[in-house]
Amino acid sequence: MTPNSESAFHFHTKLEQTLLLGIKARSVVQLLDGIGSVPESSVYFHTHHFLLQHQYLSPEPPNDFAYWVSELVGNAALGESLGSVDIVAFDSITGLRDKFISLLETHISSDAYRPDTDHGEPFHFMASRTFVLPTSFVAHDIREFREMIGGVSIESLYYHIFDARLRLGREENDFSRWLRDRGRPDIAEKIRKLDPYAQTMEGLRKNIIGAIGEVD
Amino acid sequence: MIRIEQYESIVGKVLIEELFLLAGKLEGRSIQNINSTAVGGGVAEILNRMIPLLKQLGVSASWDVIRGDEKFFEITKKFHNGLHGVEVEISQEEYEHFLHVNEENADDMEFSDIVFVHDPQPVALIDHRKTNGRKWVWRCHIDFSRPDPRIWNFMQKYVTQYDSAVFSAPAFARTLPIPQVLISPSIDPLSDKNKELPDPVIEQTFERFGIDRSRPVITQISRFDYLKDPVGVIRAYRKAKNHVDIQLVLAGGGATDDPEGPMVMEKVQAEAANDKDIHILLLPPSSDIEINALQRGSTIILQKSLREGFGLTVAEALWKGKPTIAGAVGGIPLQITHKHSGILTYSVEGTAQWIKQLINEPEYARKLGENGREHIKNNYLITRHIRDYLLLFTSLMYEGDLVYLG
Repeated sequence: MTPNSESAFHFHTKLEQTLLLGIKARSVVQLLDGIGSVPESSVYFHTHHFLLQHQYLSPEPPNDFAYWVSELVGNAALGESLGSVDIVAFDSITGLRDKFISLLETHISSDAYRPDTDHGEPFHFMASRTFVLPTSFVAHDIREFREMIGGVSIESLYYHIFDARLRLGREENDFSRWLRDRGRPDIAEKIRKLDPYAQTMEGLRKNIIGAIGEVD
Repeated sequence: MIRIEQYESIVGKVLIEELFLLAGKLEGRSIQNINSTAVGGGVAEILNRMIPLLKQLGVSASWDVIRGDEKFFEITKKFHNGLHGVEVEISQEEYEHFLHVNEENADDMEFSDIVFVHDPQPVALIDHRKTNGRKWVWRCHIDFSRPDPRIWNFMQKYVTQYDSAVFSAPAFARTLPIPQVLISPSIDPLSDKNKELPDPVIEQTFERFGIDRSRPVITQISRFDYLKDPVGVIRAYRKAKNHVDIQLVLAGGGATDDPEGPMVMEKVQAEAANDKDIHILLLPPSSDIEINALQRGSTIILQKSLREGFGLTVAEALWKGKPTIAGAVGGIPLQITHKHSGILTYSVEGTAQWIKQLINEPEYARKLGENGREHIKNNYLITRHIRDYLLLFTSLMYEGDLVYLG
């Protein structure tokens, strides 16, 4: 599959189907219960879909949990805490889920906690199914690779950067892996160090191109 | 006829190529849409637009309409109201008639590989699936957040026989043993209601209705219905007008099937009194260009609904790059991220406050409109809707959360 160390880099793209789980949270306690019980694909969905749907808004898009707690529950402090989870530091959804659980449990057991009232719009748990498609973009060398990074869809960037690590369990993103295998660990490392959660997808595209730099 | 390639300049070539790629995965499979009306209503409108585009993509798509007598449609109207949360009485005999009409239609129909059934009227066709191997999907277009439990209990027996159910907003999801997919409705950027308009058309429309374009215009486009809160809109306008020089346009259709319509209109007119800066426009059904022009020429768009299905008028306003203030109900919060791509409010006072702020901060208002348009472009145009349908049909052939469509 992608990428193959011996060959070209085949860019893939992905399409997401959003699933409704029929599970709602009307309070922070119910949010905690939900996060603890929904499938992993739901935790992934609520921490990532914002990046694609609202790509023009960020540099720092919140995850859905943080947005709901800040804007609808009206708890700015807890919202900030949930929004500050450093997702790039996690290499599994299980670890990410545990982090949210721990933050919510700490909040609920603190002196500052007051039971919620009804906030109107509940939090609806969703999940996603991902469908991966090959694109016509195939890079045979680093120069072509750099050019194509500028032309592929943001869904393609998203797949190779986010899905590769957290959903496919690869140690690093597909771009860094391929560049390392092509004998360019320096560029691979620069891309690996980019925090994709702290910029827009278009910003990320520019930074990847910048990290590759001029190539012959 | 609109060609699929015409959308390239709006959404980009890559997305259109993706649609062709995805459509290719359905080669050899036929898709049959079934609903209860060929004209009128949102479902017929979207199918009329979508079926030709699906065919251009190479999909074998067809559309059948079930037949029913007057009594059947009276019953299904009761279903519709009951599923929207209105209290209705349906007798056993009426349930039986509903099932009988579904059975008669099923007997006359040949089903395709994928049967895509829209809304409650044909839901019981599934009871007559003649061959195994076909896939059946039920598409619910209506607000399902507070259905009458008796009607839902009846319908549930049929819905759960489908391979999948599709809803328009997260709040409509139920607890079901079958997968539930979220597919939001969409607007067509090439339709009369949404296409670009030359400035003179906008100018003439405002002139015709006697609206002064040199002063800010706040507009709500909606039926004259309590749930759209037109009286609340006038009150919010009044509060804001104490501080900013604005005009208000309330424009919409007559809601002929709504017995409360005339009463609402009376209240709206009483509330407006003799304010010359309030323009109440009762528009005929064929007013798409006028609505488009009113939206494009306005300074701020309101959609102060108290209850809403998906609320596509919000998408229409945002698509025109207009700063929009809307009630945080139904599908509206999906379209507006508060303070980023629009403003969500909960009260007359909140709405008035934000009208003042957006009038006084045009740069911020412009940015909201710009973000709103981008959000609609990425998520609520017909091309995304087609992609979701193609993905839905394709997904029926696979299992698992991660699928490679090599």
